[in-house]
Amino acid sequence: MLKNNPIKNIEHIARYSIAALFCLTLAACGKNNQSELAQKTLLYCSEGSPETFNPQLVTSGTTIDAVSQQVYNRLVKINPKTGLVISDLARKVIVSEDAMRYRFYLRKDAEFHTTEYFKPTRSLTSEDVLFSFSRILHLDNSFNAVGGGDYPFFSGMGFNTLIEQIIVVDDLTIEFRLSEPQASFLANMATDFAVILSAEYAQQLIKADKKEQIDQLPIGTGPFKFSQYKRDHYIRYYAHKDYWDGPPQLEQVIFDITPNNSNRVAKLLTEECDVLGYPSSADVEFLKQKPNIKLNQSVAMNVSYWAFNTNVPPFDNANVRKALSYVVDRQAIIDAVYFKHAEPASTLLPPSSWAYTEANTEVELSLEKAKALLKQEGFEDGFEMDIWAMPVQRVYNPNASKMAEILQQNLAKIGVTANIVTYNWGTFRKKLAQGEHDSVLIGWSADNSDPDNFYRPLLSCAATFSGSNRTAWCDEEYDESIYNALSSADPVVRKQYYDQAERLIFENSPLIPIAHALRYQVHHNYISDVEFNPYGGIGFFQTKKGKN
Amino acid sequence: MLNYFYRKLSLLFFITFGVTVFVFSLNYLFPTDVLSNMSGITNINEIDYDVIAQKYNLNDSVFTQYFGFVGRLLDGDWGVSFINGTSIFNQVFRVLPATIELAIYALLYSFIIAIPLGILASSDKHPWLDKSILALSIIGFSMPIFWLALLLILIFSIGLGWFPTSGRLSLIYNIPSSSGFLFLDILRSNIDYKSEALADAFKHLVLPTFVLAAYPTTVLIRTTRQSMKDVMNTSYVKAAKIKGLTSGQLLRRHGLRNGLLPVIQMLGIHFGTVITLAIVTEVIFAWPGIGSWLVDAIHQRDYPAIQGGLLVISGMVFVATILFDLLYMIFDPLARRHGHGKI
Repeated sequence: MLKNNPIKNIEHIARYSIAALFCLTLAACGKNNQSELAQKTLLYCSEGSPETFNPQLVTSGTTIDAVSQQVYNRLVKINPKTGLVISDLARKVIVSEDAMRYRFYLRKDAEFHTTEYFKPTRSLTSEDVLFSFSRILHLDNSFNAVGGGDYPFFSGMGFNTLIEQIIVVDDLTIEFRLSEPQASFLANMATDFAVILSAEYAQQLIKADKKEQIDQLPIGTGPFKFSQYKRDHYIRYYAHKDYWDGPPQLEQVIFDITPNNSNRVAKLLTEECDVLGYPSSADVEFLKQKPNIKLNQSVAMNVSYWAFNTNVPPFDNANVRKALSYVVDRQAIIDAVYFKHAEPASTLLPPSSWAYTEANTEVELSLEKAKALLKQEGFEDGFEMDIWAMPVQRVYNPNASKMAEILQQNLAKIGVTANIVTYNWGTFRKKLAQGEHDSVLIGWSADNSDPDNFYRPLLSCAATFSGSNRTAWCDEEYDESIYNALSSADPVVRKQYYDQAERLIFENSPLIPIAHALRYQVHHNYISDVEFNPYGGIGFFQTKKGKN
Repeated sequence: MLNYFYRKLSLLFFITFGVTVFVFSLNYLFPTDVLSNMSGITNINEIDYDVIAQKYNLNDSVFTQYFGFVGRLLDGDWGVSFINGTSIFNQVFRVLPATIELAIYALLYSFIIAIPLGILASSDKHPWLDKSILALSIIGFSMPIFWLALLLILIFSIGLGWFPTSGRLSLIYNIPSSSGFLFLDILRSNIDYKSEALADAFKHLVLPTFVLAAYPTTVLIRTTRQSMKDVMNTSYVKAAKIKGLTSGQLLRRHGLRNGLLPVIQMLGIHFGTVITLAIVTEVIFAWPGIGSWLVDAIHQRDYPAIQGGLLVISGMVFVATILFDLLYMIFDPLARRHGHGKI
C-alpha cells in the first residue's frame, strides 16, 4: 500500500479551497457595513426611459416622474396631502377679484444648478419665468420649435388663447393677464408641466449653437441636479446643495430603469431598489404580505366610465341611458378588472378632490329598474348595441375588454345584445373622434387638482368639438354651472356649482362613472417621506433613508 | 513548431475572410436599404445619398465594395447604430470587456472546481464518490442554464437576499469606465469607497459566474475523470510505480501533465458554447456585456449593430479556439506532427 495517497492530498486541497471560497462569499455578503454613500443614495426602480428632460414637452407619466419634481420647480405647487395650491418659486401670489390677473412675487434666493455644462451667474428672476412661458406661447421665440415645438398640456388647456399678456413688473415680480376669468389657472400653473427653465442657460446655448441641449442636459432650480443618463439603463441625479429650501437629505437619486414588472419587484425584494413605481395589480397582494415593505395606497385623480354617444338613437333618450346605468355591476368589475384595487365611482369626481360631496348621487345595481325603464320607453324587447373597449392598459382601466364582458352579461339579462368592439389604439381614437361608436369604455386621469379638469374636458359643449367629450352631450345648464364655477375664486361657491353639475350628469347619464383606480406606492420601511402626488410626479426632496 | 504556428495563422486568415464576406453580404440580405445597413444612417435624403453612396463605393463593383468594407472595419469605422446614432465600434468595445470578464471568471472557476473533482472521481478506491460526482455532473450538464439561473435567483437573491438579481455593480457607485474591466476600473479610480465597491462587484459576480460555469464544469469533470483513468492505466505509469515513486510524485510528474492535455483541448472546443451560454446568462442577469447588447440590437432591428456584434463574437471564438490549440501544441509534442491546422 502506498504511504502517501494522492487522492487524499487532492481531497485536502479541494476541501480547503471550497472552505476558502465559502468564507469569501460570506464575507462579501455581509450587509451591515454600509458606507455613508449607500445611506445617502436613493434607488428608484422606474418603468421606462424619459423621452426628454423637459416636462413642458410631454404628457407621459414616466417622464414627469423622472424629471419634474427632481430638476425643476414651478411657480406654485400642489400640497399632496390637501390638494390645495401652495407657494413654490413664487413666495406670494395675488389674484385680482375678477380672476383675470395673477401677480407672482418670486423668491430672491432661488439658485440654478451648477454643473459641468453650465455655471449660473445669477439666481432666479422674472426673466426666467418669462422665458419659460414665452417658449410655449410665442412662435417667434427661438426655442419654441426646439424639441418638436409641441406643448401638449398647454395646448390642451388653451394656454395660447388664455394668456393675454405676461408683464415683467420688476426683477422679482411678474404678472399674467388672462383673456377670460379662469379660477383653475393657478392649479394649472402648479402642474408638473409648468416648470421654470433658466433664461441664462438658454442664452449660453444660443451662443454655442446647441439649442437642443436645453431639453437633454437640463438646468433648473429643483432639489437635484442632472448628472448622467444612459437610455434604458439609469438616470443619476446629485443633490443641489444650494437649493432654496435647504439642501436635500439625499446625496444621490438614481432612477434604475427596469421595464419588466417582475424584475422590478425582484429588485425591490433584494434591496437593489428602495422605492418602486407602479407595481402591477397582481403583485400588490404579494407585496402586502412582506413585513419589511410599506405599501401606501391613494385614490388617484382618475375615473373610468362608460360613455354613450348621445347622437345615436336610442342613446339620445336620457331614460334609456339611465336604464343602462342600472346594469353596471361595479363590485364585480372592481373584483375582476382591478383585482380590488379601485373604489366604485358614483360621481365623475374622485373622493380625494376637495370639491367632492358625499352622497351626491345614489348609484345602484337593479335589473328590475332597468327593465321597467326600458319598457316605459318602448324597448321591452331590448335592442342591439356596440360597446367599444379601449385596447390599451391604463391605470384607470387595466382591462377594458374584461369590463365590457361583465357589462355584456348583465345587458343580456335585460334583453340588450351587446357586441364588444375594439381596434388598435390609433384607429380607435380616430373613429371615436368621428363619433362612430354607440358607447365606449374609457377613462380620464387628471393633470391637476382642480375639479375643472374633470368637468370641462369630459362633458362641456366645447369639448364635443375638440374631441375629448366622447358623449357628444351638450347641455346649456351644465355648461353654465361649470363656467360659473370657473369664474369664481371662492371654493365654497365653486363647490356648489360643481355639485349642480354632478347632479345634472346623474340625471342625464351621458356617461356612467364606474371606478376610481387606486394608485400604489411601494417602498422599504427604511425609507420615509417620499412625496407621492395623486396628480403628478414622484418627489424625493425630503426623503430620508435610514436602515433600522 | 513555427510551421505549425504559421499554418494556424493562415487558417485564421481564411476563416476571417469567410466571416467578413458573410457579414458584408448581410448588408444586402437585411430588409432595409443597403446604404442604410452599411452606414447606419436612416432616412437618407436625396442630396446626401450620393455623397454617402460615394463613400461606401455603392456605385462600384461588389468587390470594390467588399474591400472598402474591410478597409473601414480595420479603420474602426463600423457605421452608426439605427437606434441612437452612436458609433458601433465604440459601443461594441465598451460592452465587450464585461463579457470577457464574465467568461474568464467562469472558466477559471470551472477549472478550479472541475479538475480536483475529476481526479477524485477517477480514483477506483471510492466508487461511491465517483458515482455521486458523476451524477452531479450529469444533472448539471442536462439542466438548462436559464432555468438554473432563475432557480438560483429565486433561492439566493429573493429568498435569502445574499446576492443581487441583476447588473454588474450597484448604481450607487459611479465608477468611470476606462478599461472596461470592472475590478481594474475600480482599483484605478480615485473614489473613497473602493473596498465597498469591490465587495459589491464581487457579489454581483457570484451568481452569473456560477451559472455560466455550470456547463464547462460538468464537461471538464467528465473529461478529466476519463483521461486520468486512461493515463493511470498506461504502462509507463505502472513502470514508474514499480520504480518506487510516491503517489504524489506519480500524479505530478506523469498523471497531471498527460491527463490534463485533453482538458485543454476540450476547453478550446467548448469555448464557443460558453460564449453562447454567456449570451443567455447576460440576458437573465442584465449583465451589460455584448450578449445582452446583441439581443437588444436584434429586438430593435438595429442591423448595423447586429453585424458588428456577429463579427466580434465570431472573431472572439476563432481567436480563442486557435489560442487553445497552440497551448495544446506547446504541451503536447505529438500534436505538432499533425502539421495541418484544424479547428
